[in-house]
Amino acid sequence: MKLSRWFAEHWVMGVALLVLGYLFLPIAVVAALSFNRPSSRLSYDFNEFTLDNWRNPCATSDMCDAVLRSVQIGFISTVAATALGTLMAFALVRHRFRGRSGLNVLIFLPMATPELVMGTSLLALFVAGGVPLGFWTIVIAHVMFCVSFVVVTVKARLAGMDRRLEEAAMDLYASEWQTFRRITLPLVLPGIVAAALLAFSLSFDDFIITNFNSGTTVTFPMYVWGAAQRGIPPQVNVIGTAMFLVALLLVLASSLRGRQARRAAVTAAVPSPRASTRS
Amino acid sequence: MSALAHVPTGSGQSASPPPAARPGRHRLLPYLLLLPGAAWLFLFFAVPLLQLAAASLYDPDGSLSTGYALTWAFGNYPTALQAYWPQFGRSFLYAGIALVLALLMGYPLAYAIAQKAGRWKNLLLVCVIAPMFTSFLVRTLAWKTILSDNGWLVGLLRDVHLLGPDGRLLATPVAVVLGLTYNFLPFLVLPLYASLERLDYRLLEASSDLYASPLKTFRRVTLPVSMPGLIAGTLLFFIPATGDYINAELLGTPNQYMIGNVIDSAFLVRLDYPQGAALSFLLMSAILAVVFVYLRRAGTEEVL
Amino acid sequence: MARETPAGDLRLANLTKTFGAFTAVDDLSLTIPQGSFFALLGASGCGKTTTLRMIAGLEEPTSGQVLLGDRDIARLRPYKRPVNTVFQSYALFPHLDIFENVAFGLRRRGIRSVDQQVRQMLSLVQLDGYERRRPAQLSGGQQQRVALARALINHPQVLLLDEPLGALDLKLRRQMQIELKRIQTEVGITFVHVTHDQEEAMTMADTVAVMNAGRIEQLGPPAEIYEFPATAFVANFLGQSNLIAGEVTGGNGNDILVTAHGGRFSVPAARARTNRGPVHLGVRPEKLHLVAGAGQVPAGCQYLEGTISDASYVGVSTQYLLRTGWGTEVSVFVANSGAQQRFVPGNRAVAYWDPRHAFLLGRRAGDDDRTTPVLDEPVGASS
Repeated sequence: MKLSRWFAEHWVMGVALLVLGYLFLPIAVVAALSFNRPSSRLSYDFNEFTLDNWRNPCATSDMCDAVLRSVQIGFISTVAATALGTLMAFALVRHRFRGRSGLNVLIFLPMATPELVMGTSLLALFVAGGVPLGFWTIVIAHVMFCVSFVVVTVKARLAGMDRRLEEAAMDLYASEWQTFRRITLPLVLPGIVAAALLAFSLSFDDFIITNFNSGTTVTFPMYVWGAAQRGIPPQVNVIGTAMFLVALLLVLASSLRGRQARRAAVTAAVPSPRASTRS
Repeated sequence: MSALAHVPTGSGQSASPPPAARPGRHRLLPYLLLLPGAAWLFLFFAVPLLQLAAASLYDPDGSLSTGYALTWAFGNYPTALQAYWPQFGRSFLYAGIALVLALLMGYPLAYAIAQKAGRWKNLLLVCVIAPMFTSFLVRTLAWKTILSDNGWLVGLLRDVHLLGPDGRLLATPVAVVLGLTYNFLPFLVLPLYASLERLDYRLLEASSDLYASPLKTFRRVTLPVSMPGLIAGTLLFFIPATGDYINAELLGTPNQYMIGNVIDSAFLVRLDYPQGAALSFLLMSAILAVVFVYLRRAGTEEVL
Repeated sequence: MARETPAGDLRLANLTKTFGAFTAVDDLSLTIPQGSFFALLGASGCGKTTTLRMIAGLEEPTSGQVLLGDRDIARLRPYKRPVNTVFQSYALFPHLDIFENVAFGLRRRGIRSVDQQVRQMLSLVQLDGYERRRPAQLSGGQQQRVALARALINHPQVLLLDEPLGALDLKLRRQMQIELKRIQTEVGITFVHVTHDQEEAMTMADTVAVMNAGRIEQLGPPAEIYEFPATAFVANFLGQSNLIAGEVTGGNGNDILVTAHGGRFSVPAARARTNRGPVHLGVRPEKLHLVAGAGQVPAGCQYLEGTISDASYVGVSTQYLLRTGWGTEVSVFVANSGAQQRFVPGNRAVAYWDPRHAFLLGRRAGDDDRTTPVLDEPVGASS
């Protein structure tokens, strides 16, 4: 009786933890393989523990070139997409204009279109226009599919912002530009940063669209794809694990800061200032 | 100076006329803000789609080297469909099965994080997002290792006789569906979580207080509340899963190829642009048709 | 920002604001003397907040003028006006600490050394030691005081308060009302206070303007408005009134004679807003006294007879409803001084009043008795 009660209470959590295990299984494999000295180029089995891959991640130099290129493309695309998307989000939230619904469709559609179709259609355009494929066609493509995500993210933050704060600033002698600079921008910044991080991760990880528009330029996913045919160097797993860890640290650091702020708020809620310093 | 007439103690400062200069600048501002982004999307999203539509009607006898002529060759569509309908069917079948599996896994996960996790909520949420930061391809290749013939998983399944002595996982439909399920699961879980988080636990208590069984409570309370998230998550999962070809390529064989593999090779290997374009358009319209029917049945068009 | 030179009175001249087909403020003209505490009182949607926003520059008038002394500021940008606002939701900047919130206006005007002024201002609102806190770490009352300090530090010529106490609980609200009044007396700045709370308006303001549907119904010192309302709306928005429908039948020297529901009454001419046609005879519930029979009514008083239909004991007083012969229920508040006779529902009773406490208002033909107060919107429903 008691056991079945316990089961009824906790089975959902049990299933959830199993699913999380499923989500982390490949990550664990990637992390393990990053310490592997493979027996042959095409073998993916764990052979022998080594730190060589971490000590020397650029042993295969073309891989590091690809990573560097992906970072460059990711950086340029992120800056451009964040700028374009943020401007659009401001226009959408703050202004009335004609053609709004058409524009909304234009922003929504790229998120609902299979990447494959976007990749092939851009390729068809570049080929028809005689544009040589390479670094800049990849950037153009990445900016295109990142913009919509930036618009949606910044829009959400902007729409949640209290307009009265800006009115208050204007009331307190801040001109339009000062109001934007001192109030609006700092308050929307977390949304813009989140959008930029999202854009970077989308760009860095994109394979399908890049694959159609890269010509002979090799990004990190392109490199992995090519290497998958010939056998993957274990350093790829080092990059995979490192990216995971960096992302995890970023997220944990930001949530820790959030928690500190919250704790400070709780201590401050204690009526007398002395009581809070004592605790 | 008629304005003075209204003011008992006119000071010589007349009421300024309705300002014209300022709003004039303001009326132009939104268009200036929108212009770069909208132009980018128009030039590199909308125009290419039209270009692709044109390409799908090119003369199929042309080639990249000799050039193509727009001959309104609508025949490209039936020809392409005839040649590749198995891959087409497979795309929707695999994506459909993967969706069902993902719902079975993703719903409890989203529900547990939203309603049961308490102070661990944020940590669990990070756990859902974190795997996405390891490269998509690297993760899929890790599955290749996990599912390989001499891996521990196949060994275990053979030992318990769920697989025959020569049974495999890799290079089977199972592997491809598993890969699809895995790769797009977070896209299903996150919107679902967002809507389940808004579910007030007191609603559930009220429902069970009114003699509803757990199943009834789920059907009458939980499910309707989570509907917007369910719809958004389903679309975010299904659209990329149907168009995917990486899982079929890395975890399957040509016997598991989906329509994406065909389009990929049409553009990059066979250089048959008219056919690739026709297949791309068929894929997009098929997805849009499925989405439309689904939204109609789900009764919400607001998610768009 | 020449704050040493007094600006003079704040005058609104034919101020009108329309939103599409809706007229929020309708040809409003009034003068607010320099240094006074002025309250704009009205229900949600009456146009009081729109008026305030036009003074602040957050809304542009459709027509009309906002004059500060001799200067029309109606078309100046908000940051060009010597006017500051305490917003209903306080609108404190969440990313700045208390010190920077209060210093914001000074810094925007290019004042470098703000330290001493900010500290002085924080001690005026009794928030010393809170400089480095964030707004989210303060209670509602503290936030309200920061909002006040943030506006006052600029020494505006007019301070606008938009339902500044609406978000506070009752006890804190009382405390802050007294506090605000103290500060206003201390700094001598013109305060324009928008509120839907009649009690708040009456306790704080020197002059109250009652607004309804974009127009001012009545303007004057609180006691004057309460004792001798100009319209049925004011009579029932500011406190409660029993308005009995009747007709003027003639004059008798200093009195005006009225017939209502078969009864004959009189009101001093000085207490009448009209002397002919259909009228409302008004008496405040606390001006009515209850006795058991007409014989006990003192000489010179007038009365209504009826049956007690409800008696609510509310501590300081007992509130009775007296159902008259023609069906109207009249409110009577009897102070619990211990000397009065108690009535229970079903008792016959007589309510009498001194005619000098009654008032006479014009009535649209067809309007009946009005004895229920104008229902007020809940706090926080912004207008």
